[in-house]
Amino acid sequence: MTRRGYLPILLVLAVLALLPFAVTSNVVLNFVVFVLIITLAAQGWNLLGGVGGQSSFGHAAFFGTGAYVSAILQVRFGINAWVATAVAVAAGAAVGWIIGFLSFRAGLRGSYFALVTLAFAEVLRILANAAGFTGGAAGLLMKLDVGFWNMQFTSRAAFLWLALGFVAVGLIVSQMIANSRFGAQLVAVRENEEAARALGVDVLSVKLKAITVSAALTAVAGCLYLQYFLYIDANIAYGLWISVEALLAPMVGGRGLVLGPIIGAFTLHGLGEASKLLAGRVPGIDLAAYGAVLILVVAFAPGGVLGLLRKLRFRSQPVAKTAEETA
Amino acid sequence: MYSLPIVAEAMLNGLLTGAVYALIALGLTLVYGVLHIINFAHGAFLTCAMFAVWLANTFLGLDPYLAILPLTLIFFAIGYAVQRFVIGPASHGDDGNILLITLGLSIVIENALLAGFRSDTRSLMTDYSFNVFEVGPLLISQARLFGFLGAVVVTGLLWLLLAATDTGKAIRAVAKEKLGARLVGINVSHVFAVTFGIGCATLAIAACLLMPTFYVNPRVGGAFVLVAFTIVVLGGMGSITGALIGGLFIGVVESLCGLFLGESLGQIGIFIIFILVLLFRPTGLFGARA
Amino acid sequence: MTLFMKPVSRRGALKGGIAAAAAIAAPSVLRAAEPPAVKVGILQPVTGALAMDGEFGRTGAELAIADINAAGGIKALGGAKIEMVFGDARSNPEAGVQEVERMQSEGVAAIVGGFASPICLAATQAAARYDLPYIVDVGVSDQIIQRGLKNTFRFAPGFAICTQAAIQNLVRINEAAGKPAKTIALVHEDGLFGSGLAKLMQTELPKHGFEIAETIAIPTPSRDLSNVALRLRSLNPDLVIPSTYYGETVLLARTMQQQRVRPKAVYAVLNGAASNMRFVKEFPEAAENIMDVNHWQDPRNPKNAELQKRVVDAGKQWNYNTPLNYSCVMLLADAIERAGSADRAKLIDSIAASTYDKHLMPYGPTKFVGGQNQGAAPVSTQVQKATIRVVYPEAFSDAKPIFPVRG
Repeated sequence: MTRRGYLPILLVLAVLALLPFAVTSNVVLNFVVFVLIITLAAQGWNLLGGVGGQSSFGHAAFFGTGAYVSAILQVRFGINAWVATAVAVAAGAAVGWIIGFLSFRAGLRGSYFALVTLAFAEVLRILANAAGFTGGAAGLLMKLDVGFWNMQFTSRAAFLWLALGFVAVGLIVSQMIANSRFGAQLVAVRENEEAARALGVDVLSVKLKAITVSAALTAVAGCLYLQYFLYIDANIAYGLWISVEALLAPMVGGRGLVLGPIIGAFTLHGLGEASKLLAGRVPGIDLAAYGAVLILVVAFAPGGVLGLLRKLRFRSQPVAKTAEETA
Repeated sequence: MYSLPIVAEAMLNGLLTGAVYALIALGLTLVYGVLHIINFAHGAFLTCAMFAVWLANTFLGLDPYLAILPLTLIFFAIGYAVQRFVIGPASHGDDGNILLITLGLSIVIENALLAGFRSDTRSLMTDYSFNVFEVGPLLISQARLFGFLGAVVVTGLLWLLLAATDTGKAIRAVAKEKLGARLVGINVSHVFAVTFGIGCATLAIAACLLMPTFYVNPRVGGAFVLVAFTIVVLGGMGSITGALIGGLFIGVVESLCGLFLGESLGQIGIFIIFILVLLFRPTGLFGARA
Repeated sequence: MTLFMKPVSRRGALKGGIAAAAAIAAPSVLRAAEPPAVKVGILQPVTGALAMDGEFGRTGAELAIADINAAGGIKALGGAKIEMVFGDARSNPEAGVQEVERMQSEGVAAIVGGFASPICLAATQAAARYDLPYIVDVGVSDQIIQRGLKNTFRFAPGFAICTQAAIQNLVRINEAAGKPAKTIALVHEDGLFGSGLAKLMQTELPKHGFEIAETIAIPTPSRDLSNVALRLRSLNPDLVIPSTYYGETVLLARTMQQQRVRPKAVYAVLNGAASNMRFVKEFPEAAENIMDVNHWQDPRNPKNAELQKRVVDAGKQWNYNTPLNYSCVMLLADAIERAGSADRAKLIDSIAASTYDKHLMPYGPTKFVGGQNQGAAPVSTQVQKATIRVVYPEAFSDAKPIFPVRG
């Protein structure tokens, strides 16, 4: 029972881990690294929004906190990159717990929860842009100092493996949760909160646990972004763009499914790159096409990419194991 | 700190700006109240409407205020068609899908506008753009006062439409109980499309009232959307009068926070009030239903 | 994607579209041994928030490449043509990095552009991994050239130089007019460039006897600036210094006019609109007599008028980034010519040793120290009778400053 679901994860990880041996093009590797960073943020979102049904529009709050805390510790206090990352992830988780505590205790759900998380992220963005210790509007620039202990690597492949390592942790954590009692409670809360409560589930504590783990994963993404690009400002770290990236990927890949975020992130960004082929003299055409494809994907694969795959598979195998649907 | 006349004038400015916010939020709250969707493409439709006003003025010489009638009709038709033929069929009735589709729509619209009009910021020059009414020491912009009055009138009309017409009754019925409405013979997808059309039509009016003092570029709508979202929640999702009061309230809050904290940091005021209201009164300041 | 400050998706490339156009434009008889073209990466944000500026820059770079090729290409390489590899930075640093990687994979000899500081910071760093020479066009953050990256050069002035020049020019213009201006209000956008400038001016201006009456930070985009006008009216400063983007400057100028805020002068610094012809054309009344300290072409160089005409005839907009990018590409071509090679290491040395002076900017001969062009400086412009004139320094001016505008 507990081993269920790990095989596809291993497969995906193996393919990506072997990629640098097959492809040397840094164009591809750079693309994969960025998509993996997005995947991490999306895995965080998926745990809370996909599995737990609490859709957030404000995961930038956790991404940004991760990035800023790590950057401030390294730039201002000269703390080791790995230690800074660990502290930053804890800080991201703490912010998640606080936002969760405030909003879940107030009984916010659905759109209300979505919008309150958005507002929290915006407040943090405005503060980060105005405060002095965050570098204000000038942002924080990290010193380019390549070395393992600084979590900076000359080769794109090395960073790919690092990011993939974190993504692997994210996948395994997600699968463990999906297989656990906690996961079942989370799904119960998503499906019907009142019923779950009636069955003796401590709804508040389940949601709080979910948002804390979710925030931690997204904070890791923020830290990796920082280590990779070495520069953040308020609009990068706390900008709406990352909240949307984090939410789009699982939605497109397959909401609530363990592999949803990674499949979705690669699909979306693959589409984005493919749309570049359409780019001509007139800017905007390619992105408009990208948006149109997004609409078409939703129209014809409403359950996400994984939902579509599953539908195709079930069509060929009429006897379906519906028990799998929940994970 | 600041003398009383300045604070008073700032509040007045807030009311004038807030009225336009309210007008933009009206469509959003209506669509939310009936279709229960958060329309991410709202800002993109506003941008579209502003470009339409600009086009009508530049190429047809049509005054923004005279453009209200034709543009309202055109945008009603656009909104109707988009909901009926794109959002409705493509979403399969799932909230998450609707969100993705409106997001996709906003990407398409914004970039199509970028491709068509390039990225330049454009604005209109009307004879009355700089006219003011002098009231004692105050200088009240005519165009912005018209914007205020327009917003109040439109809110009133929309309220009447919902309260007193058959279409309005159908919309309210669908908003309350979709299944029941369908059972009594209301064409739900038609009502959805009409609602979305009305939402877009109010944006056309907002665009006409904004353009004499504002500018347009392919990304301009985004500036208003976050504020409109907060207003919708503060006013109570789906509440028409709530949107008006919420808009005016947010306008004043923004204005005063801007005055005392600076325009940049002042934006925080809106969000903090928003968070506090949500945490302590989640049905909205003036909303009746959750 | 209207809702977002930062576009969510990456966007991309114009693969050799221009190179193809240039090849058609110069239909030389195909010789048996045409030397291989030198590829040059042009990175500009042509979608997203910065699309307008990216477009200005791209126009300049394209014209330069067309001119170089029409004049016979790189002579030291047997008349090799320059081929443009265009990349759209989509107004965000990640997309900029991705485009740098693609340019690297296509084997460009160097990259020019970037426009915004965050894009330049990320893109120069990505190029540095490959020792790929990178000439920054605008990117005013001084961090860009303070990281010791050997591949990174900035032809235009950065923050420190710009503020210094802004203050110097202001002091001189004010003294020449008998010191009519004393109190100042700063209105700045709250991002990197506006906040940075405001901070520097807050410490520097009082040293020259000015009094800062108020500093107002405004967000981009701003929906309403009535309150700013209100505060300006109540403070009644002699001078208003706005450093804001295009949309906000339009809004501010209009609101000030409407609210009858009439300072002795509006002295903008690195303003997005005050030296933009569109602004002047659309709001001649509001724009008249506004001064700006900004990147600007050398008005005495006749090539500018000619280039401007070509841009306008092609139905495009002309702004300072156009001649600036034109000059950057020309400088690069000159460096390739002198290096006699597109080899990166040689090219970096050659750019570093450049004394190029045939560019369109009022900088004098080029001299890079630590990657920064030492001669680079902004000029003071003023809108006079619906034209943008250079009023200071005298060596490049084509008009006298009108100061104070109102007594």
